[in-house]
Amino acid sequence: MSSCHEESRSVGLLPNPNIPVPRSTPGSSGQRQVTVAIIGPPNSGKSTLFNRLTGLRQKVANFPGVTVEHRTGAAKLKDRHLVNLVDLPGVYSLTPQSEDERVAHDVLKGEMPGIPKPDAIILILDSTNLGRHLVLAAPIISLGLPTLILLNMADDLELRGGSVDVSALAHDLSAPVALISAAKGTGIDRIQQFLTATAVNLTAPKPPRIELPVLQDVPKCRQWATTVGRSASYRAPAPPLWTRRLDGVFLHKVFGPLVFAVVVAAVFQSIFSWGKPLGDGLQDVIQYSGRWMSGLMPDTLFRSLLIDGVWTGVGSVIVFLPQILLLFLFIGVLEDSGYLARAAFIADHTMSKFGLQGKSFIPLLSAYACAVPAIMATRVIESKRDRMATILIAPLMTCSARLPIYILLIAAFIPNLPVLRGLLNLPAATMLGLYLLGFLAAVMTARLLKSTVLKSKGSALVLEMPPYRWPTLRSLSLRLIDRSKVFLYRAGTVILLVAVVLWCCASLPLEHGKRPPLEHSFAGMVGKTIEPAIRPLGFNWKIGVGLITSFAAREVIVGTLGTIYGIEGDEHTEGLQQAVRHDLSPAGAVALLVFFAFAMQCFSTMAVVRRETGGWGWPAAQFLYMLLLAYVGSFVTYHVVGHFWH
Amino acid sequence: MASKRKHLAAESGDAQVLTLAQLRVGERGILERLDLPEDLARRLMELGFLPGHEVVPARMAPGGGPRVFRVDGSEVALRHDTATKLLVHRASSRAAGSETSRRAKKV
Repeated sequence: MSSCHEESRSVGLLPNPNIPVPRSTPGSSGQRQVTVAIIGPPNSGKSTLFNRLTGLRQKVANFPGVTVEHRTGAAKLKDRHLVNLVDLPGVYSLTPQSEDERVAHDVLKGEMPGIPKPDAIILILDSTNLGRHLVLAAPIISLGLPTLILLNMADDLELRGGSVDVSALAHDLSAPVALISAAKGTGIDRIQQFLTATAVNLTAPKPPRIELPVLQDVPKCRQWATTVGRSASYRAPAPPLWTRRLDGVFLHKVFGPLVFAVVVAAVFQSIFSWGKPLGDGLQDVIQYSGRWMSGLMPDTLFRSLLIDGVWTGVGSVIVFLPQILLLFLFIGVLEDSGYLARAAFIADHTMSKFGLQGKSFIPLLSAYACAVPAIMATRVIESKRDRMATILIAPLMTCSARLPIYILLIAAFIPNLPVLRGLLNLPAATMLGLYLLGFLAAVMTARLLKSTVLKSKGSALVLEMPPYRWPTLRSLSLRLIDRSKVFLYRAGTVILLVAVVLWCCASLPLEHGKRPPLEHSFAGMVGKTIEPAIRPLGFNWKIGVGLITSFAAREVIVGTLGTIYGIEGDEHTEGLQQAVRHDLSPAGAVALLVFFAFAMQCFSTMAVVRRETGGWGWPAAQFLYMLLLAYVGSFVTYHVVGHFWH
Repeated sequence: MASKRKHLAAESGDAQVLTLAQLRVGERGILERLDLPEDLARRLMELGFLPGHEVVPARMAPGGGPRVFRVDGSEVALRHDTATKLLVHRASSRAAGSETSRRAKKV
């Protein structure tokens, strides 16, 4: 490949893109794969552009040694060449101060192991805020790599009466410049052209005509950006009127928190009223197809493994996909529209009472989806102690892996009665209550930590409020596809494995060459052994088996119960809901909900906490603390609820 | 533009120096200096909190929480105690254009 490398660098030996290049390996072009880095300040529309260019040909990964997430993907050019794109974190400068800046700096300098030095850079800036965003152009141009400068949100700029002379800017900076709208997809041809040219022509660009400032001097850099902008006749647009009008409501002293509460309640209500029918439909399909398949096979142990073990176990988890996707859809809409920053603003004062800050709110909110990315997102918190506290409380937030068992138990036990004058129904209110319970446990724990081991003086909050934007269907659907992949991957690996192991434990040792009753199986024996410990919480040995398996991952319990009852059940396998009603009293069910709200049943989270805190000490302490909370919490719940509700 | 602002700031040298937290909503201030640790000061400067530049408080959070400031074409929320470390003077009538005239200004 090295000879191709040399050739492609010299202009004289340009391969004509119209002539098919002989392919060295299937799926790759004959040329060396070109790497292009995409960089821009936060809120410049970098991710939208990346999604637009790569579509589904992208993957999320971690840079080696650091926890800053990055995405790589392949952009397909018109001539079918693939260009390797790296999406860098949003930064204002390349001064390696924060982790994000260090990552961007190292990748661009070719110092990041595992990532080839980029051959070219796409710099994306918000054209409606060019004065400030142009500052990043200085350190990028000084790298001396071929650079395409994109001025994003061109539609917004025009709409609000701003303008910029693109050719003058390109002339001053000696780099191609294009006005685009990544969300609408206008100006994308220009990027295609640039990538095509880059793929064949890798010459260093000429230095800019307006001399670069000293990069460490922020005021000088800002001054430079003003000079460049003025030379390109940049006219800043009028302030975003709609954003100000909306903020007049969303950040209002009274209406702001009210809107916040309504938004959160609406999310939960719709997860139930829209997501549940979808999940039920999926469940019918899985049950029906399971019965149909079992009719095609002779009654052997193998059929039992396949249908009772794998199909029922994995299927009982997959039915929660619609509801989990709905939750991610809402989080996506809130994030892409710009409302999340407002939520952090509203939450900051409350968070400060627990020793945290508004910025902790964003990781904590993503912890509603999953604690693993949330713990990685704590990198935005500058204060080490605040960050540690946020990491330690994040797993208490109600992650989506808790949803399957919550949904199952609520549907099985909580009657559908209206509450708050019909504004919510009791199941939705219970769900909301569980979310609140996790949140309260989290903030109380934060308070405890911040007033003892992680004591610190008040920390700073620096929170940029981006203008409101319509979320695009494209970016939302990409998120959902991504989430489905992760969920189904887990269902196909961890949960499948647990289902098979569990089936074996529940079907062995054989009695007279046949499967034993569940009580006599290995799983039953283990469940019976721990039963004395969990009996005070209102759980029997079957639930105990589920609890043990769920320490791998929370959603496994539903698969486990599916497998257990699948094995136990007769020909007409009753629904999981009816089955759990036999084994749990209402008080026991509520206690089980509380147990799941508090316990740390997720190996992935413990692994990521270990990596972030640099040892097993913190995750071990966290595990024991949460287990204690879960045990005491469900013990109290069982006895209190049992007193009122038999 | 920044140098002109600095000049005007020097002219009204007798103007009272106050903290950003003391400005009322909609009142224009010209930033004089940032009494903050270097890394935090740098982050704020990257967001446009530069000496000689205009800062306008825009909104308060409920219950005495953070405030939103308009600075360099965007809005940034800061806590009260951070805002007390940013020293400003009130923009003199000559330095302060109305919203519309600022809008028309080239950056």
